[in-house]
Amino acid sequence: MTEMVKADIKKELEKAAQYVKNTGMRVLVCSGTGCVANGAFDIYDQFLKHDTDVMFKKEKKVSSIKTGCRGFCEQGVFVAVPDLDLVYVKVKPEDVPEIIEKTLQNGEIIERLLYEDPVTGQKIQKENDINFYKNQTKAALANCGNIDPESIDEYVATGGYEALDHVIKNYTPEQVCKEVEDSGLRGRGGGGFPTGKKWNFVRINEADQKYVICNADEGDPGAFMDCGIMEGDPHKLLEGMAIAAYGTGSDFGYIYVRAEYPLAVKRLRIAIEEATKRGFLGESIFGSDFSFKIKIKEGAGAFVCGEETALIASIEGDRGMPMPKPPFPANEGLFGKPTLINNVETFANVALIIKKGADWFKGFGTETSKGTKTFALTGEVNNTGLIEVPLGTKLKEIVYDIGGGIRNNKKFKAVQIGGPSGGCLTEEHLDLPLDYESLKSVGAMVGSGGLVVMNEDTCIVEVARFFLQFTQNESCGKCIPCREGTKQMLHILEKVVAGKAELKDIETLTELAEVVRLGSLCGLGKTAPNPVLSTLKYFKDEYMAHIAENRCPAGVCEAFKLIKINPDKCIGCTKCAKVCPVNAIDGKVKEKHVINQEKCIKCGACLTSCPVNAITEGN
Amino acid sequence: MVAEAKKNQEKIFEKHRKFCKVNEIVEKYKYEKQNLIAILQEVQTEYRYLPEEIMTYIATMMDISPAAVYGVATFYSQFSLDPKGKYEIKVCDGTACHVRGSMPVYNAIREKVGLQEGKFTTDDLQFTVETVRCLGACALAPVVVINGKVYSKMTADAVKIIVDELLKRSENDN
Ligand SMILES: Cc1cc2nc3c(=O)[nH]c(=O)nc-3n(C[C@H](O)[C@H](O)[C@H](O)COP(=O)(O)O)c2cc1C
Ligand code: FES
Repeated sequence: MTEMVKADIKKELEKAAQYVKNTGMRVLVCSGTGCVANGAFDIYDQFLKHDTDVMFKKEKKVSSIKTGCRGFCEQGVFVAVPDLDLVYVKVKPEDVPEIIEKTLQNGEIIERLLYEDPVTGQKIQKENDINFYKNQTKAALANCGNIDPESIDEYVATGGYEALDHVIKNYTPEQVCKEVEDSGLRGRGGGGFPTGKKWNFVRINEADQKYVICNADEGDPGAFMDCGIMEGDPHKLLEGMAIAAYGTGSDFGYIYVRAEYPLAVKRLRIAIEEATKRGFLGESIFGSDFSFKIKIKEGAGAFVCGEETALIASIEGDRGMPMPKPPFPANEGLFGKPTLINNVETFANVALIIKKGADWFKGFGTETSKGTKTFALTGEVNNTGLIEVPLGTKLKEIVYDIGGGIRNNKKFKAVQIGGPSGGCLTEEHLDLPLDYESLKSVGAMVGSGGLVVMNEDTCIVEVARFFLQFTQNESCGKCIPCREGTKQMLHILEKVVAGKAELKDIETLTELAEVVRLGSLCGLGKTAPNPVLSTLKYFKDEYMAHIAENRCPAGVCEAFKLIKINPDKCIGCTKCAKVCPVNAIDGKVKEKHVINQEKCIKCGACLTSCPVNAITEGN
Repeated sequence: MVAEAKKNQEKIFEKHRKFCKVNEIVEKYKYEKQNLIAILQEVQTEYRYLPEEIMTYIATMMDISPAAVYGVATFYSQFSLDPKGKYEIKVCDGTACHVRGSMPVYNAIREKVGLQEGKFTTDDLQFTVETVRCLGACALAPVVVINGKVYSKMTADAVKIIVDELLKRSENDN
């Protein structure tokens, strides 16, 4: 048994504020997964080694702090010094001594490490002057990158756990559900179901045991918002879950985290342990008779486990197969008990709503989509990273103002939103507000919030094939339309990219899509055809080019690639013929050589062998 | 008859000794069915894959059918029923990595370590090369993870240098 502690939030806040004050000048080293890959821990260690020196010399306390993701992963590793209103980008371990000597000791700015605006070439010192940040509104991500996720004091100092204390002391569970419903918060995990309503369903169910589950499976490839929250501000998630537990009458929670996020798991474990020690979780929280414990369950790599009924099966230790609904988890969920399932970001909004009020939350967003939403901006844009904007922000603003436009001056082609269940948005949608209804109306969806930007060099048919391969792989195999239908659809798409499809295949493809959509048991199958249908709708001519004209307009698909020898340049040296592994090149010494296209396997070996660059690859 | 029983018992004891670590793990999770996935995860960390006899053994210990254990082990992509190489190279093939060219990187690695079509682990059990699901570092695509270390913004050329280094190391080890 853990010892019972009666937490007093006021005292905790004072203590935490003192703790943060004692850190002195804070040097924030971004340590999200992305920056860790770029050497963030080395940089942190370097600072740590030097901290004490600085202290002695200048009698100035400096603390380096590992934070969660600051969002602008492209420019990592990020080092921020809030006291000097300064951020350095692309910092390397070897830059640390210079930063300490010049910047921390003497307040000098190192120009080389400042962010350079790609358009104006201007060096920028303040984070909020950088376009990527200027155009965002941070709420759920407000703490990410500013606090140490492994220290509960840092979270408490931001006013953390006040909302939990407040609801336990002043609200009935019914009032909690109502406040959340009034805020207009909708599920951030894809479906967009009103959160307060869902809570109320669970609340009104009488049962000896109820569960709260956090869906942290984030299976959509190209999305890492939930990862960012768990790595950067895990207590916000725990507090949201505890408020939900109080509101629904539950005393036990699970966080189901995907296996690919080891850092998130580590930080969540530390957070749960610390919160339990302080008495914010566990038995009689804040001296009340409300108890709530949280356990982490690690997934094992199955996309379908993000679906709520499959997730429940997986927590129970079974194969993660979805079940027909009803019964809904709110009535019969984990171990047959009423269960609330929400997404990480949904929970991360809760404490803020309680603290600042439903009206504050409603101040962001559109008529039906309230609040802010995080998106993972990736692919062929200049500024990739984790962003947060009010729902209803236009696609254009995200791609150009925040994203800084398309990389290498290429042309914008499309944005894939919502992952394997979503669709693509094209140039004509640049003015489309990103909210639940608008996206649905054009055959896409908010989904989890992965935005993958594609340029003119991306073959849209290949992307559709990629998504279908993904869903086909991840189909659990329980229902036939999904298991077999996606296989047949994939087969057709493979034929298209291999240049072997006929016109009537497209008809079959559309027909199959309808069957899979209507006949599948769970959301995975129901939405699997979306990427195909939406690309067929907006890029039909690209499909046609593959089928009728034997070419891939983006020049991606291997099957349409031709390797040719320019007869004007060829000097007949025979080098290419010698390296060709399939003897596809004919020609005698000092005569022009020719590639036999029937035999050529497009390995490209001849390309590098030619001393006069006479061989080229093209469409 | 007695001798027979004794022989059987000896067999069981021997298995027990061999599977000592497994016993510890299953015990730690209190033989609970809901912890099966966690148990298999820890066992796999220990053995680098899930040997068939160990799965059967776990089933017996937990009093569930071997089919149930096998069912879970084959459902989740994290589990491997084949031995893995000493260096596990995972190439992310999530959307962000895919559109920024993860496949050329993957093919370059396969070629470098000499994997034949349809194989994922080299015969000398040095290298396993696989594509994996999104790793959450999409902004730095394409991403490759080698024994837990993340390499970002990979290209076919860059990855070849890294693999060369590993090849050298694995030669020295042998
Ligand atoms: C195939 C499939 C995958 C899903 N993956 C996720 C996921 O990774 N994360 C998530 O929060 N919800 C996912 N969902 C949605 C969940 O089923 C569920 O609606 C959600 O967790 C509810 O939380 P919310 O109301 O807070 O959005 C998925 C649904 C389907 C059909
Ligand atoms: S798509 Fe590769 S890390 Fe996310």
